Amino acid sequence: MSGSRILSLGHYQPSRVVTNDEIAQLVETNDEWIRDRVGIVTRRIAGSETVADMAAAAAEKALADSGLTAADIDLVVVATCTSVDRSPNVACRVAAKLGIDAPAAFDVNTACSGFAYALGTVDHAIRAGASRNALVIGAEKLSEFTDWTDRSTCIIFADGAGAAVVTAAAEGEAPGVGPVVWGSVPERGDAVRIEGWRPYVKQEGQAVFRWATTALAPLALQACERAGVDPADLAAFVPHQANSRIIDGIAKRLNIPQAIIAKDIVESGNTSAASIPLALSKLVERREVPSGAPVLLFGFGGGLTYAGQVVRCP
Amino acid sequence: MTRDEITTGLAEILEEVAGVSPDDVAEGKSFTDDLDVDSLSMVEVVVAAEEKFGVKIPDNEVQNLKTVGDAVSYIEAQS
Repeated sequence: MSGSRILSLGHYQPSRVVTNDEIAQLVETNDEWIRDRVGIVTRRIAGSETVADMAAAAAEKALADSGLTAADIDLVVVATCTSVDRSPNVACRVAAKLGIDAPAAFDVNTACSGFAYALGTVDHAIRAGASRNALVIGAEKLSEFTDWTDRSTCIIFADGAGAAVVTAAAEGEAPGVGPVVWGSVPERGDAVRIEGWRPYVKQEGQAVFRWATTALAPLALQACERAGVDPADLAAFVPHQANSRIIDGIAKRLNIPQAIIAKDIVESGNTSAASIPLALSKLVERREVPSGAPVLLFGFGGGLTYAGQVVRCP
Repeated sequence: MTRDEITTGLAEILEEVAGVSPDDVAEGKSFTDDLDVDSLSMVEVVVAAEEKFGVKIPDNEVQNLKTVGDAVSYIEAQS
């Protein structure tokens, strides 16, 4: 088996746009500060939609664009850390909503790095012959885990979903999903947490910022090397949309002035595992990246965990 | 390295990372209150200082560095 490639993408965002001015009515902050220091102008907050609703909506769009039907999908993997229900998992709920018959279906929880982990896992399943056509989804409803009286977190987090249809590459065709570089820093687990019963997200902002802006660029470059892609040839860099300054800090160390640096955080906030497929899906929808062009994905977050790979744009 | 040399080195970092005028940097100045260096810029200052002065400044020390003088003393003791 020669690997896998992304066939199509889709995304879903709740209709409710929440401005910085609205957040400033809840906690002591202001629009200018949030724009300058975090890089967020608006975010989307879900109403009654569940994680599974958003995941299914994004997946439905990706599937509609893929040329495949629900009957072709044999694997559904959902990256999320904000599903309230323990069982059934979100992947099974998505399969039920989309009428996908008897797929392997499971969730992956590595917090904000989840989509790149899930994509790596799906790629491996396809390479092993355990799947032919898969749905890989990142979906989060962080608003349910946000302390709306804590200004250090409530200005950041948001809701949304992004999905990709991933298929087996034809024999002899170059793989469109590069080898995943993944790992964790378990001893730093306290830096980002959603702990306990009915929890809120908590994070040590300085520790996360330092780790993200110093440790991750070499790992992202390793993902390029493993894919055989010169960083100078990257068409775009789509990192987890954690904070504008983290994105800039990593990008600076990658030295990729020619690449589009995804900044969906400006209009969507930080949506954890959903942020990479959401940003990538929008880039593709706006035709900002040509088909077949190499794009570096890199997720990082709670755990601490990280994962990234170079993909070819559908 | 003298304290003045460390202060000058920090001033260069503060100018590059946070746009602070070198004229404003003095040992008695508070990073947050006087120089408007926020918590994330402080991390960038610390990372740059580690490289420039060849010292280690762990996360749990960063919060103790309230003034330029605190940072100078810490770097002086480490180097």
